[in-house]
Amino acid sequence: MAAESKLKYDRDFLISVYKDMLFGRRFEERVNQAYQKGKFAGFCHLHIGQEAVCIGVQRSLRPSDYMISGYRSHTQAIAKGIDAKAVLSELFGKSDGCVRGKGGSMHMFSKEHRFLGGHGIVGGQTPIAAGVGFAIKYDKADDVMVCYLGDGACNQGQFFEALNMAAAWDLPVLYIIENNQYGMGTDFRRVTSVESLAKRALAFDIDNSQVDGMDVLKVYDHVSSIVSKMRKKPKPHLLEAHTYRYRGHSVSDPGSYRTKDEVAQFQARDPITTLGDYLKKHKVATEDELKSWDREIKDQMTEIEAFADASPKPDVSELWDHVFVD
Amino acid sequence: MALIQFREAIGQAMAEEMARDDRIFLMGEEVAQYNGAYKVSKGLLEQFGPRRVWDSPISEAGFAGLGIGAAMVGLRPIIEMMTWNFGIQGFDQIVNHAAKMCYMSGGQFNVPIVFRGPNGAAHMLGSQHSQSFDAMLTNVPGMKVISPSTPYDAKGLLKSAIRDNNPVIFLESEMMYGMKGEVPEGEYLIPIGVGDIKRAGEHVTIIAWNKMLHVAMAAAEQLAEAGISAEVLDPRTLQPLDEDLIFNSVRKTHRLVIVDEGWDFAATSAQISDRVQKECFDDLDAPVARVNSLFVPMPYAEDLEHAVLPTAERVVAAVKEVMYVD
Repeated sequence: MAAESKLKYDRDFLISVYKDMLFGRRFEERVNQAYQKGKFAGFCHLHIGQEAVCIGVQRSLRPSDYMISGYRSHTQAIAKGIDAKAVLSELFGKSDGCVRGKGGSMHMFSKEHRFLGGHGIVGGQTPIAAGVGFAIKYDKADDVMVCYLGDGACNQGQFFEALNMAAAWDLPVLYIIENNQYGMGTDFRRVTSVESLAKRALAFDIDNSQVDGMDVLKVYDHVSSIVSKMRKKPKPHLLEAHTYRYRGHSVSDPGSYRTKDEVAQFQARDPITTLGDYLKKHKVATEDELKSWDREIKDQMTEIEAFADASPKPDVSELWDHVFVD
Repeated sequence: MALIQFREAIGQAMAEEMARDDRIFLMGEEVAQYNGAYKVSKGLLEQFGPRRVWDSPISEAGFAGLGIGAAMVGLRPIIEMMTWNFGIQGFDQIVNHAAKMCYMSGGQFNVPIVFRGPNGAAHMLGSQHSQSFDAMLTNVPGMKVISPSTPYDAKGLLKSAIRDNNPVIFLESEMMYGMKGEVPEGEYLIPIGVGDIKRAGEHVTIIAWNKMLHVAMAAAEQLAEAGISAEVLDPRTLQPLDEDLIFNSVRKTHRLVIVDEGWDFAATSAQISDRVQKECFDDLDAPVARVNSLFVPMPYAEDLEHAVLPTAERVVAAVKEVMYVD
């Protein structure tokens, strides 16, 4: 498999996918450091370990596609196009934040990039996603709505209501369950009637599948195929991506409900290391190049943090802005 | 002027607005093929077709959320709750999502949506079908709340609600759907947040809305026979409240009785009372009196139900109390 000609993917594509995942990882690490330094407060849910799903899905979409997510969404927001400086500024509660300090960690939004949040009520985004699918169909467009949710949200009643409507009316919504196995500190198997969450689709006669969420290329291939079918013939799909978060539920959670062995098992299949090995094996990049990209990205993080540090706080007079629009 | 039923006035408002703007659609239980549980949407499916008029599954949270998602990306949904007692299944979507979206997205995603349906007691429907949610709904920043008492007001205000770019709650009443009133043939709009003096008077102000307005009007008739001239003020919109109209009336009459179908504790009437004692303290000749539903779940039996709800007799007694007459 050493010969370059056998590469299934474009070299530049592979490099950019690697850099995007690494960017997400380094961003979340920087967020965690800033939190520990007391630069901001509130809830903060990190995506570390789940980069392959985020980037693999993003590369399957086009800019006009819509996305909505739960509260673990910093890197999804960045992948969808929001400037990392605006995301970190938002975390810091600054006026250059993507929602000018009105949202924080759980509520990143961008109308320009069709990123509809950033939601803090587990599962609440799932019927909203059906509504976006409804609007796409209303306008006979061929865009796709991607709705992220976690394994915890799979037991919310609203999710079932959303799946039923999406199925009954053939709405172009791709529900992606990022199954990181724990709803906060609860192993999903302890509170869920099925071992595979993709089976939730069976009751609604919805197309469903599972993918290795630790392998970005598998995610990309699989989601690309789903999305291209959905554009031609709108109907929902429920995808379960098996993934893992290395850190606790939020920055204040040490994650002591999991064994070190379990965490180590997943880290041994780290999506960034895996793709890095692939790049080296196929002579797309050398170890030195990987290291230099990492240095570049870390330098970018320093620049991003300096920007967020320098961004002014929102003026208190803005408190009343945006309760309503005219 | 045509004499039409309340339900027809609401139906006309929807039909006129839907004819004007293709982005508007109606969704709710039984609104299409059945022509509405209370026939409010009669004829709309025939006039506008299945793309615009949708029978929903019995999933209030689900279709409330669907409406919000559709509104975020450019549609203008009218969501009918068969009754607001069912509507509270959708409270998560209305309170956590519709009311917050504009604010927490920094003004990027406004939600132009109307949630409408009957509120309060009908007749002998028991505890789960006889609740008035005005106070809960007006307690949430980020949405407007309208509660009309006549076909004329209902039509003009619903048209304004549909054109508003924010979430609007529109409270109707099963008991008023058959009530007739004069409605002009041509188009008219009534602005949100503007109250109306339904009967001018000198000695006491009675504030009432929705079907309680008619209780207040009956009380005013009885009081007139006793030589007491009551001014009956209909705020029409509860959020935002037309405080100036209220204060001006109280400054003229110096006495205030508020009739409110909601439970007495932390009621809308309590909020109005608080504002009046603060702004009109020196104008008041008696403490503000409130006539509310008694603080019990609604019983079924006719006499028991009658004992819970505000009546003209209770309003007359409250007026005599603030007038210091027997």
